[in-house]
Amino acid sequence: MNKNNHIKSYCHINEGIVSLNGKAVYENISPDFASFIKSAYHHFETDYSKFFKMDNLSKLAFMAAEVLLQEKSSPEQERNMAIVLSNRASSLDTDRKYQESIADENNFYPSPAVFVYTLPNICIGEISIRHKLHSENSFFIFDAFNADYIKEYSDSLLDTEKADEVLCGWVDFDEGRYEAFLYIVSHQGSHLHTKEEITRLYLT
Amino acid sequence: MNSTYLSHNNIISSLGFESETVVDKISKEISGLQLVDDPKIVDRPFYSSMIPADALQEAFTKLDIQERHTRLEKMMLVSLDKTLSTSGLELTDRVGLIISTTKGNIDVLDSESSFPKERAYLSELAQRLKNHFRFKTEPLVLSNACVSGILAIAVAKRLIHQDKFDHVFVVAGDLVTKFIISGFNAFQALSEEPCRPYCKTRSGINIGEVAASVLVTKDKNVLVPESVEILGEASCNDANHISGPSRTGEGLYRSVTKALEQTRLSHKNIDYISAHGTATMFNDEMESIAFNRAGLGEIPLNSLKGYFGHTLGASGLLETIIGMHALHRNTLFASKGFRELGVSEPLKIIQQTTSKEIHTFLKTASGFGGSNTAAVFRKIQFI
Repeated sequence: MNKNNHIKSYCHINEGIVSLNGKAVYENISPDFASFIKSAYHHFETDYSKFFKMDNLSKLAFMAAEVLLQEKSSPEQERNMAIVLSNRASSLDTDRKYQESIADENNFYPSPAVFVYTLPNICIGEISIRHKLHSENSFFIFDAFNADYIKEYSDSLLDTEKADEVLCGWVDFDEGRYEAFLYIVSHQGSHLHTKEEITRLYLT
Repeated sequence: MNSTYLSHNNIISSLGFESETVVDKISKEISGLQLVDDPKIVDRPFYSSMIPADALQEAFTKLDIQERHTRLEKMMLVSLDKTLSTSGLELTDRVGLIISTTKGNIDVLDSESSFPKERAYLSELAQRLKNHFRFKTEPLVLSNACVSGILAIAVAKRLIHQDKFDHVFVVAGDLVTKFIISGFNAFQALSEEPCRPYCKTRSGINIGEVAASVLVTKDKNVLVPESVEILGEASCNDANHISGPSRTGEGLYRSVTKALEQTRLSHKNIDYISAHGTATMFNDEMESIAFNRAGLGEIPLNSLKGYFGHTLGASGLLETIIGMHALHRNTLFASKGFRELGVSEPLKIIQQTTSKEIHTFLKTASGFGGSNTAAVFRKIQFI
């Protein structure tokens, strides 16, 4: 078993700050997520109109992936990067919104465009489409960030050569609070891929 | 690499509360789909396979639990209790628990629910299962749309290979709720009649509910007669659309090819395909393209949606368990609802339940978010 996997880079998004490898790269103390994430989208000169159709969870995961995957891979060579994400609230933010649309018989307006986002793995689909990743993907739910399982699972994908790299981490949106911690694991990188190191970077 | 097996298993469904009973009914081509008239779910009758409330309550009462539980918790508790107790395994720090669900206790968001809204958090559901059975390890919830049930088996196998666990119990379940039915209805995906996967006259899906559970293990000493070995598994995203299947079947084709590569078997060694077959126009068409690209157009294939409808996060596990029993019984089960091929590429749909010596099967699933999973299983030769 290969014990030499490494963390290549990592990104945090929370409380109005986007940071890459521990350094703030964008700050905007907007009172709400919608205006914060929109300003971050413009700051990073993202050109992707589908972004505006996404729900909050997908916007959050998408922007964290944008920051990490800025160097685009060459189009001839397909990147085999798996995506393994996790959170606490699943898609509950959108679930609640959808539930409101069906709660009142006299004001019943279920929308397919909302319903499709009532699954947490849709944000993985959005990242896969954006970065053309035909790769392994899974979405796990934990009570709190679980470095142990995410490490074991991404190691298994690398060790069995199911993926050359894994984009993994935590992306949670609940009652207006948001937190993303995404990182790339591969055979090379600056940080050892251990439970302790993942936890340390998560808390940075 | 050491082998990993599927062993003790259970299905809680409208066709019965034991895998054997359920498979007996399928072998007689009895469907669990019925016309349901429940205005609290939708304002017109719809076809579904729902677990009878009184039978579920009766089974749950036998567990002698004092606390109040939601419908989904009862389904999962009853199913997992049966699988755990027949396995006789002691729950040590080498035994894991994976819960596969897309929506969990989503019904508690409804204002008519008597449960607190916090119950909708999937980790709440996981903790309740952990605490009741006294698992020593932290449960893992997998919520990856309609591939969850089969992906959960792959995840269990991978964690066993990482030497995290020796055994993993996987339990899967999802409910038929107003939330789900109104959503698929908004997509205009629901059929007005029992669904007809791959048929020219197919007109959409039925949604059903089951709970299912299985023991995934590396220990040959805890196997059952219908046990199978997991030979290969892979998941690949379409990277194409979040709700529509890829026109080229890209993700499914890649998943099947990669799973087969891992088995070192030729595609000609696959005896049977338990496909996804939801009976929507686009899904079934996509599958026919993907299977033909993979050279599997001549392999006997069925969809079990005509017996249960689409059971969402449980479907992959439910259909894998039935596949195990199909191999053990050397029987190809009819793809219920099918009359005449209605996809552009050839598929060998099983039209009548027939006896045939079969050793291997391929299980596939596809879902929202562009997800696809394929897994190959082989029956154990007991000497």
